[in-house]
Amino acid sequence: MLHIFKPGLKVDFVSKFKWGIYLSLFLITLGIISLIIKNGFKVGIEFKGGTAIVLQVKNNLGTGEVRSLLEKSNYFKHMSIENYGNTSGQYLVEIPLSNVNNDILNAEIAKSFAKYGPNEYQILKVNVIGPKIGNDFTKKAIIAVLLSFLGILVYISIRFRYNFAVASVASLVHDVLITLGFLSLFNYELTLDVIAALLTIVGYSVNDTVIIFDRIREKLKNDPKLSKIDAINIGISETLSRTIITSSTVILVTLILFLFGGSVLRGMSFALLIGFITGTYSSIFIASPVLFLFKGPLLPEAKKQDVAPEELFKRSYKIE
Amino acid sequence: MKQSDWFKLFLVIIVFVIFGAYAVDAFLPQQTLENLPSFMPKKVINLGLDLKGGTHLTLEVETDKALAGILQQAADNLKKQFDSAKIAYNTVEVNGKKASIDVTLMDPNDSNRALDLIQSNFGNFETKTTPLGITMALKPKIALNMQKEAVSQAVGVIRNRIDQFGVAEPTVVTSGTRDIVVELPGISDPERAIKLIGQTAVLELHLVDDSVNIENALNGQLPPDDELLYQVVKNPTTGEITKVPIVVKKVAVVTGSMIKKANVSFSSNTNQPVVSFELNSQGSSAFAQFTSTHIGKRLAIVLDNTVYSAPVIREPILNGSGEISGDFTVRQAHDLSIVLRSGSLPAPVKVLEKTVIGPTLGKDSIRSATLAIIIGSIAVFLFMVIYYKSFGLLADIALMFNLLIIIGTLAMLGATLTLPGIAGMALTVGMSVDTNVLIFERIREELFHGRTPKDAVELGYDRSLITIIDTHITTLITAFILYQFGSETIRGFAITLAIGLIANMFTAITFTKVVYDALFSNKSLKKLSI
Repeated sequence: MLHIFKPGLKVDFVSKFKWGIYLSLFLITLGIISLIIKNGFKVGIEFKGGTAIVLQVKNNLGTGEVRSLLEKSNYFKHMSIENYGNTSGQYLVEIPLSNVNNDILNAEIAKSFAKYGPNEYQILKVNVIGPKIGNDFTKKAIIAVLLSFLGILVYISIRFRYNFAVASVASLVHDVLITLGFLSLFNYELTLDVIAALLTIVGYSVNDTVIIFDRIREKLKNDPKLSKIDAINIGISETLSRTIITSSTVILVTLILFLFGGSVLRGMSFALLIGFITGTYSSIFIASPVLFLFKGPLLPEAKKQDVAPEELFKRSYKIE
Repeated sequence: MKQSDWFKLFLVIIVFVIFGAYAVDAFLPQQTLENLPSFMPKKVINLGLDLKGGTHLTLEVETDKALAGILQQAADNLKKQFDSAKIAYNTVEVNGKKASIDVTLMDPNDSNRALDLIQSNFGNFETKTTPLGITMALKPKIALNMQKEAVSQAVGVIRNRIDQFGVAEPTVVTSGTRDIVVELPGISDPERAIKLIGQTAVLELHLVDDSVNIENALNGQLPPDDELLYQVVKNPTTGEITKVPIVVKKVAVVTGSMIKKANVSFSSNTNQPVVSFELNSQGSSAFAQFTSTHIGKRLAIVLDNTVYSAPVIREPILNGSGEISGDFTVRQAHDLSIVLRSGSLPAPVKVLEKTVIGPTLGKDSIRSATLAIIIGSIAVFLFMVIYYKSFGLLADIALMFNLLIIIGTLAMLGATLTLPGIAGMALTVGMSVDTNVLIFERIREELFHGRTPKDAVELGYDRSLITIIDTHITTLITAFILYQFGSETIRGFAITLAIGLIANMFTAITFTKVVYDALFSNKSLKKLSI
């Protein structure tokens, strides 16, 4: 049998919680500093309105050359240009205009590239977003993320107890904050795909937390005299190999998506990659400490019963 | 094996056969599908616009303007009724902001009579007396219905226009209360499409009022039943465009709703493309009567408040046909004839968003995303077999089963596969082994605590179940929110994620357990290959 950890391993996680919290605070601060320096998020045009053009250019014309070609046109006076994804020769050009006529736009680009001829470039995508729809998206994105927190808060309160629910949501907020910080740090745009990634991270991270919490609860039901520290330490330790194994499969797949998944999915897979790593980490080093910080016992005191703990567990979950 | 186990095995086989049939059909070309036996589902997976390329438009129907039109009609109608009931009024004015009509009366004593008249003849309105007169506003429910009606009417007209234009598999759906999403696969010329879809296309023929001095009209001195319009004229040699003012009678002789046919033809004089139209019987008789009594007068052909031409009526036109000439290209004339045939929009539409995706970007995306799924799957497969041996192999088969169910369900629902959707599938590959890892680790623990292999397996599955249900429901909550909030492509992601999660409950728990039972339940195992 291959093992990552020897069975029966017990690690004293509770005593190491403070290091986790320091690390998280450091990473979140790093994100905030990046946001301050860069003057807020780089948001995609779906949130601010404007026009985005994806160009494929042959012959390795560099960013500088493409920029100087386009800048001759009035249309592209206030443009921003960057490499698009990880395919060479693909550029994302954004202009702040949202009343763009595609026919004129195509003609302007053709004029700019006249020197190299029409086969030099290809317009892969043009996206024109009016200011009104941009506002809608921003509102919807914020509501969606907050709703997901609320949904999970309610579900875990029902299935566990309020302290477990608050602890899970604290770790989710942590994951979203760190992911957003990294997106800013590595110059990724906030797009709709990235928002979808954030929600997926929320879903996945809570998954990880629930598995640990479930084990903590099981230990407490089987042995109500177990101390809070022991319950949390055993809960994390016993699920540790599962946590490591499943996180690595998901992170591996996301890494492959990031490396080979193509330009369009680049931002989304980056967010997923960061989020899954912090999601795994936060289940142990954020959710569990917050749970620990709640005063009093983790679960309401169990009544005295002469039933075997195992039977009690089965009964309480209606397992046949 | 117990009886319930046989039932489960049967269930697994049924699910495999049904979803397998859908999944196999999903990627077959149309020709092969036609040759398949009739019991096969023959449904293919629709690719999203981000994968096949095309034009995506979000349009807003300006329903306020549709309401304003309805209010104006009501106001005109009310004036007539006041006249015939001998109620003298100062003003009957539409208040666009409040969606109401403000009435002021000459004689305050008429107030009750006026109120009675409005209440009995304008049931859609609520009335309120004000110090100055009466305010009548559309009942909120009715106003809302009218707006909805305008949007659904607009969808119908737009769909009709696109169908006549000839786009394969277009999508025209409402989104929110007054937005319309239009998807045109394979179309990369959005401006032409927008012109075709977005043209209000209200065609009217008005009598030109040549008795009015144009100078006076430009200064705002217009008889009450006249209006000032402009004709756009292009100088054929210099190409210079000028706007010529024309005063016409407000009441239209013929409206676009009376058009039966519209086609492109060529003018006999200039050989320029023109749009010729034919009126229905009601329109032709009105037209015939009017033209025979107005010979020598000019008739303005007005499309969306712009005069296209104003020819002189030389003889009565009895066959109800006419033509619109402008400086058209053949293509423009063709598009205009489509627009006239399909009727006018109930209100103008505004483009909120337009996206054009070239065909190559989609192909590149499919290629790289598929590559990512394949590499990811192989990596996960190998890991599971090396780490969990036979049970790992079982989990791998369950994973493939899961992908089969996702593809089959997408085909069954007629759902659209988008690029984020493919990413969702890749994620499912990573996430679905999670469930099996959870169970297998539990089995290992039970073995470590000294249970027999058989008991360890039973307990492992039993005790993981609760955790698995909790984790799946929390992830489903976020997938559901994602679906509610998401755009077209994001919805594709939410759908594959949700299907993957639900399928996983079946493949990772039921399927692996059934296979284990079928192979080992009757044998006394000494050692597990886990």
